[in-house]
Amino acid sequence: MKILIVDDFSTMRRIIKNLLRDLGFNNTDEADDGNTGLPKLQSGNYDFLVTDWNMPGMTGIELLRAVRADERLKSLPVLMVTAEAKKEQIVMAAQEGVNGYIVKPFTAQTLKEKIEKIFERIEG
Amino acid sequence: MDGTPLNRDLLLENAQALIASLESPETSDQELEAQIDVINNLRDNSLFNELGKMTREIHDSIMRFRMDNRIADLAETDIPDAKDRLEYVIEMTEKAANTAMGVIEGSTPLAEKLGGQASELKAQWEKFRRRELSPEELRAMGNDVETFLDESERMTNTLLSGFTEILMAQDFQDLTGQIIRQVINLVNEIEHNLVELVKIQGKSMVKEDKQKPASDEMKLDGPQVPGKETSDDVMKGQDDVDDLLASLGF
Repeated sequence: MKILIVDDFSTMRRIIKNLLRDLGFNNTDEADDGNTGLPKLQSGNYDFLVTDWNMPGMTGIELLRAVRADERLKSLPVLMVTAEAKKEQIVMAAQEGVNGYIVKPFTAQTLKEKIEKIFERIEG
Repeated sequence: MDGTPLNRDLLLENAQALIASLESPETSDQELEAQIDVINNLRDNSLFNELGKMTREIHDSIMRFRMDNRIADLAETDIPDAKDRLEYVIEMTEKAANTAMGVIEGSTPLAEKLGGQASELKAQWEKFRRRELSPEELRAMGNDVETFLDESERMTNTLLSGFTEILMAQDFQDLTGQIIRQVINLVNEIEHNLVELVKIQGKSMVKEDKQKPASDEMKLDGPQVPGKETSDDVMKGQDDVDDLLASLGF
């Protein structure tokens, strides 16, 4: 299971990376926004994307749209982990095809639950 | 108008002189006009006095505002200084986060190793209790126990020094708290000065600018701050988000 973590704050990437490692996902890679993340997704075999929303350059929602518009990436599970908590934003992310949405600050337990739920739905 | 009162005595004197002039057939029109002008001027003077007073007040306010070096300092020194300080807050919090995560990343394999060794020893110990160990295996277990105890001691010391490192890294909270408080004070001062400026400009300006800018649908608000007034369309936490997504069929 190869996971890409996209967030403009290196500390947040590191936190998510450590939490994922605790959950047994050791194969992670990082990018600091959509502009650097999208080429990685297109060239590597990633199984899962965890992305922030508010980033300079290409935002998370733009990255999500780009992923869904890409023939080879369109079924990639995407989990959004963001501080944006407005109803219209969550609805927008859902409409753009996000698989899970976590608002910061979040707990390790929440991350675990959402990831498990996403895979349950994909496998089920 | 309510302002400088008219000089009634002077007005009466002039009015009586005008009546006297009117009653006298010898007075020329020019003389009458001159007398009416005098009376007119009496009224105009009080208007001018009032206008003069207002002009002086406005002038004084503007001058006071311009002479106040504090405002120049705010713009030239304090605001750039506050930006530097806030940058420093980011720097310090980032450093603390990295210190803590560095210790955790370094310690986790140690703790895992220790746990793993304990499990192995436990299995051997259970075999021993069930008398399934050969004398050779027993000797090996003795060695393993010795190694394990040594390593436990060493690793515990490493972990404890890591805890101290994490503890010490929390000093950023005190320092960043002080810096942020200074910046809050600065913002208060700027607010106060802006209010003064608005007062000089006059109340009409305030009304005109009340209109809010058109709301931007994609404006990103960032983290919700506890205790801040938020509208109903902002989720209070993960539970709200989950409920909303559930209602959308997630």
